[in-house]
Amino acid sequence: MSSKRILSVTVANKPGVLSRITGLFSRRNFNINSLNVGETDNPEYSRMTIVVDANDRTLDQIKSQLDKLIEVIKITELDRSDIVDRDLALIRVSSSRNQRSEIIQIVDTFRAKIVDLSTDTIMIEATGTSSKIEALIEILKDFGIIDIVRTGIIALNRGVVE
Amino acid sequence: MSKLSGAEIFIESLKREQVEVIFGYPGGKNIPIYNLLYDEPIKHILVRHEQAAAHAADGYARSTGKVGVCLATSGPGATNLVTGLATAYMDSVPVVAFTGQVDTKSIGKDAFQEADIRGITMPITKHNYLVTDIKDLARTIKEAFYIARTGRPGPVLIDMPVDVLADRLEFEYPEEVDLPGYRPNLPFNGQGLDKAAAEINKAERPVIFAGGGVISSGAAEVLRDLARKAKIPVTTSLMGLGAYPIDDELSLGMPGMHGSKYANYALCEADLLIGVGVRFDDRVTGRLDAFAPKAKIIHVDIDKAEINKNVDTFISLTGDARDVLSQLLPLVEEIERKEWLAQIAEWKREYPLTYKDDDPAIKPQAVVEELNNLSEGKAIIVTEVGQHQMWAAQYYNYSYPRNFITSGGLGTMGFGLPAAVGAQVGRPGELVVDISGDGSFQMNLQELATISEYNLPVKIVIINNGTLGMVRQWQELLHEKRYSSTILKNPDFVKLAAAFDIKAIRIEEKDELRAKLKEAIDYDGPVLIDVRVAWEENVWPMVPPGAGNHEMIGGE
Repeated sequence: MSSKRILSVTVANKPGVLSRITGLFSRRNFNINSLNVGETDNPEYSRMTIVVDANDRTLDQIKSQLDKLIEVIKITELDRSDIVDRDLALIRVSSSRNQRSEIIQIVDTFRAKIVDLSTDTIMIEATGTSSKIEALIEILKDFGIIDIVRTGIIALNRGVVE
Repeated sequence: MSKLSGAEIFIESLKREQVEVIFGYPGGKNIPIYNLLYDEPIKHILVRHEQAAAHAADGYARSTGKVGVCLATSGPGATNLVTGLATAYMDSVPVVAFTGQVDTKSIGKDAFQEADIRGITMPITKHNYLVTDIKDLARTIKEAFYIARTGRPGPVLIDMPVDVLADRLEFEYPEEVDLPGYRPNLPFNGQGLDKAAAEINKAERPVIFAGGGVISSGAAEVLRDLARKAKIPVTTSLMGLGAYPIDDELSLGMPGMHGSKYANYALCEADLLIGVGVRFDDRVTGRLDAFAPKAKIIHVDIDKAEINKNVDTFISLTGDARDVLSQLLPLVEEIERKEWLAQIAEWKREYPLTYKDDDPAIKPQAVVEELNNLSEGKAIIVTEVGQHQMWAAQYYNYSYPRNFITSGGLGTMGFGLPAAVGAQVGRPGELVVDISGDGSFQMNLQELATISEYNLPVKIVIINNGTLGMVRQWQELLHEKRYSSTILKNPDFVKLAAAFDIKAIRIEEKDELRAKLKEAIDYDGPVLIDVRVAWEENVWPMVPPGAGNHEMIGGE
């Protein structure tokens, strides 16, 4: 059975690494749901959080193929029951003056924030699990969504020091 | 300490890596290196096309076990290497390719002869580099050679902007490499070993399937010891030919699409399949659900990503083939397996690899057989790709590792002639024969000039059927003989050779085959032999595309 799996991949912080990784995925016909890169506490390394749709066998292949890349230092599969995972979204919705208070109520319920306002739009910043963000987006659709940008999932193990 | 230029650092680094020869072609962005090569600090072979430089480095590496080195300029020079690198990558051959590049300030500006060769070669190299600072040059070269030859070998490319080659720095060659993401030399940890030995000891119908990994790890000897001790028949993939002596009673030859019937029958009946340094390529397995259907699979490979990639593995032994087999050897029992070996002997008797000599024209298989007789199975056979490649695989008795050099994975037509250049340079005293087809030969025939210039005594045997034979065969069998674009109007190969100042012989009659081949082999220098063969001969047996190995046809 194929399902969403999260890989935390430590890579050397060198030019071309991202294209090496995405190139590997496309060449080997693996699917990336989302991919996120950022520096770690050590500037020589970056951490990528890659969400893939894969069964056990494909996931094994993905890990083994990634491991062959010289610039991949470490690969950890994150167990979804034991991680903190976050997705961040910026959502611009159209909003007439009389809709504002209703939108603000929804934003409060989701513990999201209003980060920009204009006469007929509102920009909302929401952080949380992907399912929470998707629920928020679903509700905001009624008002008319103009733009969305999302980071994709970033995640770390709970408790364990890597 | 005095400062060296980047080009001088390049030469000094190659000397530290004990590089004996560079196959290359000059151009605007590697001129600083050629300026130094003028004084011959390292032997340089000037090929006539950069693709040939990559194939020659590859042929050198395959035939010697050393790392092959090729050099090209930027842009078109670099892109011409691509097929050669992809060929080496698919067959896990250690090659380090160097390219000149436009100066660092011009990168990305679409400068004259600029191409992003690092980006282009990412999926076809084990690793690659763009060196933008002379401080990184020596370390990068050290790493490239280390990566190319260790673990599962493969090609590495280093792109060197011309200003880096001109810049100056004190030379220091690192003693060690520091690659935290690359740990190829972990010793085999023994995991799965006892379980594998137990399976082998209780198997009734085991088969060893040996591939190119046996040759690159130097495991042929221990493989032989293991097979003979436990009486296990051995089939070798195209890349594995030479890993086990073909005329041994335990040898099954090659399996798969054009393998022997007895190898395919043995795979179909085996209860245990021990794959060593193989990647279960589709040309071997046929339809996957019909491959070795009764067998549990033990897979020995240095590359963990090969385990469970194409077939389900029962036990995996991840490590260097020689290391793993050496540890396995004392654990396997001497078992007679009389019934199984009798069955195999019967298959070999009943379904030998054979052809009908029923045509007034020379049969292509007879050419390979005659070459085998004349060279006593000791020549280095290099091939192109197509029908002649399969006949070369089927009818020559390979008994030694590194004596059969062919593009197995990528199937590159035009590989053979330049690879033969590399093999002959690497093993100068030995007989190197490029078994070629008339189609493949024309893909890199410019290398006749290289062969002539350096007087490399390569024997080029063109199995000339006037067609692109393998495609024509498929058209005959699967497309109602609609020979679309497969009948060739060829040049006169004998006259062509003369233009390159190379001796040439044409063979048209059966009764002159042996004598004229002997004349060619005995000749001290390069010879082109144009053998006119029966034009509609097919490669048999054959597992039709999409069929299972038990469904092979032809070859009676």
